[in-house]
Amino acid sequence: MEFKPRIIAFLCKWCSYTGADLAGTSRMEYKPNVRIVKVMCSGRIESTFVLKAFTKGADGVLVCGCHPGDCHYQEGNYRCLRRYQLLQKYITQMGIETERLKLEWISASEGKQFAELINSFTETITELGPSKIKETLNVLT
Amino acid sequence: MEGSKPKLKLAVYWASACGGCCVSVLDVHEKLFDVIAAADFVFWPIALDIKYKDVEEMADNYIDVTLFNGAIRNSENEHMAKLLRKKSKILVAYGSCSHLGGIPGLCNFSTKEDIFRRVYEESESTINTEKTRPLPEYKVKEGLLEIPVFYNDVRSLSQTVEVDYFIPGCPPQTERLLEVFTAIVSGDELPQKGSVIGAGTRAQCDECIRKKTENKQIKKFYRPWEISDDGETCFMEQGVICMGPATREGCGYRCIKGNAPCRGCYGPTPGVTDPGTKMMSAIASIIDEKEPEEINRVIDDIVDPAGLFYRFSLPVSLIRRKLS
Amino acid sequence: MRRITIDPITRLEGHGKIEIFLNDDGEVDNVYFQVPELRGFEKFCEGRPVEELPAIVAKICGVCPGCHHMASGKAVDAVFGVEPPPTAKKLRELFYMAHFVHSHTANFYALAAPDFVLGPDAPASKRNILGVIEKVGKEIGTEVIKQRRLAQEIQALLGGHQTFVVMNVPGGVRRGLSVKERDDIVEKARGFVEFAKFSLNVFQSFVLDNKHYVDIILNGPYSLKLHSMGLVDANNKVNFYDGKVRVVDTEGKELYKYSPTEYLDFVAEHVEPWTYLKFPYLKKIGWKGFTEGQNSGVYQATPLSRLNAADGMATPLAQIEYERMYSTLGGKPVHATLAMHWARLVELLYSAERCLELARDNDITGKELRAQLGSIPGEGVGIVEAQRGTLTHHYFTDNKGIVTKVNLIVGTTNNHAAISMSIKKAAAGLIKKGVEVTAGTLNMIEMAFRAYDPCFSCATHSLPGEMPMILEIRDARGVLTQRLVRN
Repeated sequence: MEFKPRIIAFLCKWCSYTGADLAGTSRMEYKPNVRIVKVMCSGRIESTFVLKAFTKGADGVLVCGCHPGDCHYQEGNYRCLRRYQLLQKYITQMGIETERLKLEWISASEGKQFAELINSFTETITELGPSKIKETLNVLT
Repeated sequence: MEGSKPKLKLAVYWASACGGCCVSVLDVHEKLFDVIAAADFVFWPIALDIKYKDVEEMADNYIDVTLFNGAIRNSENEHMAKLLRKKSKILVAYGSCSHLGGIPGLCNFSTKEDIFRRVYEESESTINTEKTRPLPEYKVKEGLLEIPVFYNDVRSLSQTVEVDYFIPGCPPQTERLLEVFTAIVSGDELPQKGSVIGAGTRAQCDECIRKKTENKQIKKFYRPWEISDDGETCFMEQGVICMGPATREGCGYRCIKGNAPCRGCYGPTPGVTDPGTKMMSAIASIIDEKEPEEINRVIDDIVDPAGLFYRFSLPVSLIRRKLS
Repeated sequence: MRRITIDPITRLEGHGKIEIFLNDDGEVDNVYFQVPELRGFEKFCEGRPVEELPAIVAKICGVCPGCHHMASGKAVDAVFGVEPPPTAKKLRELFYMAHFVHSHTANFYALAAPDFVLGPDAPASKRNILGVIEKVGKEIGTEVIKQRRLAQEIQALLGGHQTFVVMNVPGGVRRGLSVKERDDIVEKARGFVEFAKFSLNVFQSFVLDNKHYVDIILNGPYSLKLHSMGLVDANNKVNFYDGKVRVVDTEGKELYKYSPTEYLDFVAEHVEPWTYLKFPYLKKIGWKGFTEGQNSGVYQATPLSRLNAADGMATPLAQIEYERMYSTLGGKPVHATLAMHWARLVELLYSAERCLELARDNDITGKELRAQLGSIPGEGVGIVEAQRGTLTHHYFTDNKGIVTKVNLIVGTTNNHAAISMSIKKAAAGLIKKGVEVTAGTLNMIEMAFRAYDPCFSCATHSLPGEMPMILEIRDARGVLTQRLVRN
C-alpha cells in the first residue's frame, strides 16, 4: 500500500493560521496529509507537543509562526526558534531524521507560501518514508 | 515507639543498581537503632541471606513496605519486580533508577548488540577471538548454567508494575527517607497513590543558596572547566548549564554545595510530561540571541543535550530510546 | 551428579550465584561462580563530555563511588594532558583516605568480625553485627557507626555529595579547605588513628589470640597461590591514590612494574559464556584457566595482594603492623585468603595515618585548585587502588573532549577468577564423602568469598536475628533430595 504521510502542523493564530486560511479561501490546492493545530503564538509550542506528535504516529511535524519582528506578542517567535533549534539537536541524537521537523515563518498574507510549504514538506516526508518512532516505542524488548 | 504496635515488615531490593540506595538506608547512622525498633527487615539481599524462594513462599501482601531500587534491565529484575508487587502492600520506587530509569537508562542510547560487542569483543583489554558472549543458558559438562536475559530496553519500575509511591534521588537524601519512614510508622495518612514523596514540589532553584538575579541573558554556554566558578553566583548566570530549574527540590542542593552544577537526579517537578523538554524550554528562554545563526552558535556549545537533559530519566521520557 | 545452588550469595555489590557440582562420591567436581548482571558503562559513556564522567562513573558503585571518581578524575586529567596542582592532588588523596576509612571500617565490623569474634561455627542467629555488639559491648557498635559517619562527613565536605562525590574537574578540584575545616578534619583523623589501633586490638584478642582461628587462617581450605597486584609509590610502599602498578609472583618476586599508560601490555580480559563478568589475567603469561601457581595468568588484587606486592607501608604505625603480620604468618608473601581481613586492618591504620598527615600538610589549605587547560590530547588512563583491588579507567575522546571509547577494569573484577577458585577450594575442602553438609558448612564456604570484600559492605546494618540461607541439594534429575534451612 502506498505510504500516506501523517503530518501535524502547529500554526500560530495571528500569522500562520491566517495564512493557511488564505490558502484555503483562495482555493489553492495543497496536499491533504496535514492536520493543523492552532495555538495563540508559536511561543506556545512546547517541545513536548512536537515529541508527543511523533510518539503518537506523526511522520513529520511543522512549526509555523510570524516572521521575526512581527510576533503579535513581541518575542514569542524567537522563543519558538530557539526551542526548535535545540530540539533539532536533540532529535538528531535520538536517531530521528532532522528533515522530519521543520520550522517556517508564514505571514497572514502568505497563502501561496503556505501551500508550497505543505506540498514540499509532504514530498520530503514521503521520500523519507514512515517514521519508526511509534512502533519502536510501543515494543519494550 | 509503643511496644504493642506490630513491627513494620520492610524489604529493600535492588535490581539493576549500584548499591548507593542501600547505602542511603544505612546512612541513617545512629538512628538505625530507632529504625529496627519499629521495623523488621524481611528481605534485603545485600544484608540478609533470604533467598528468592523465601519471597515466593511469602503470602501476598506479607511485606508492609518494599523499597525497590534499581532499573529493570534484565529478566531477573522484571521477575523480582512482579514478585515483590504481589508480596508487598506498598511498593515504593526508591531512587532514580526505579523512579526514572537512572544512569543505567543511558544504555537506551545503544542496543544490546552494541553493548555486548563493545564489552565482550572490542574493549581494548579483552582478548576474545572466538567472540564468546554470555548466554542465558549454557551447557557445561556438569550441567546447564543459567543467567538472566539482558533486555534491549532499560525500563523504570512503573513501566513494569504498578507503583504506589516514588522517592526520588540518586540516592534519596537520607533525611527525606527518615521523614517518610517516621510518617509511615506514626500512622500518618499517606498522600494518594502514585505520588512522589520524600521530596518538595518546587524546583532546585528555590532551595539553592547561590546568588541569583532576574537577569539571565546568555550569549554563550561554557563547559564547566572553561570558566572559573566564583563559588557564589548561579551557575546558569555564569553560563554553565545547571539542571536546577527543571529538577525537583529535596536533596539539599548537595552537588551545589560541592561547587558542581545540578544534574537532575531528583527528576522533574510535578505535572511534567517529559523531564528534558522543560529544561530545553528553560535554556531557550535565557538564550539572548535572535538571529538563527547566532542562536545556532550558542546551541553548538551545548555538546550533549540528550545526555544532559535526560541524564537520569531517558527511559521515562517521551522518546525513551534512540531509534536504530 | 548432584548440584548445590547458592542463590543469591550475599554481601556482594550486585548479584551473584554459586553452582557447586558434586560427583557420585559426594565430593566437589566443579564450582561455577556466576555474575548475572551487566550495566554497560563501557558503552553508554560514549558521546558524553569527558568532564561529566567522574560523576557518571561514580554510579558504578554506591559503596566505593569515591574510587571510581578518583580513577576517572585522573583519567580525565590525562585526557587534557595536565597534572593537578599540589593542593588539588592532596585534597583528592585526603578525601580518598577518608573514603578508605569509612569502607574498611564498615567491612571489618560487618563482614569479618562476626565470623571471628563469634566463630564460624557459632549459631547463625548470633553471627552478625548485633551478636558482635552483644559480645564486645554496645559501645563498640555505636563507635563504629560514629567513625563511619565522621569519615562520611569529611567526604561530604570535600566532595559535596556525601555518596556520589563531585569534587573532580579536569586538572583539579572544585573546592578548597578553610583553616577551620582543616582543623576539624585533623581532629577527626586523630580519632580514626585511635579507632584503627583499637580495631587491630579487637582482631588481636578475638582472632590472633585464638589458636583455633589462626589454624583456620593458615591451614583451612582457604589458600590460593596466586600472583599479587597493587599500586606502589616511588619507594615501593603501598599507596592508594597514585604510583605504579606492581605485580609480584607467588614467591614474592617482582614480575612487573608498570605505569598506568602501559596497562594494556600487562593485563587482558577473558570471557566465559556462563557469566556476564569478564576475567582479567596477566597477559604475558596468558589465560591458562582456573589454575593456581607460578604459571597461571590468574592474579589477585586485594588488600593482602597490595601488602604482598609492596615493600612496606608509608606510615610508621602501619609499618609496625605490617611487619607484625608477616612475622606472625611466616613471612612474605602470604597466600592465606582469610589474612585479607588482617591486611585490611593494616590498611585502615595506614589510611587513618595518611589522612592525618595530609590534613596537617601546609599545602592542604592552598588556593591553587586547578591546572591551566589547553588543547585536548584525547586519551587518558587513571589507576587507583579501590578498596577491593586495582581500578583502571581508560578514556578516549575527540579533540573537543567528547568521549568516543571507554575501557574499565574494576576492583572486584580483577578477582573474579580468584574468587571462583577460592569458593571451589573451600567447597572441596569442606564437602567430603560421607560427611553431612551442615549450616556451618555453608557459612564456611561463604567465608571464602567474603574475605575479598566484594564490593558492597554495610557497616551499620543491624540484623534483627539470623542470616537465613537455604541450601538445596538436587539429584541428577533436578529433584530436591535435601533442603537445609538456616532460619
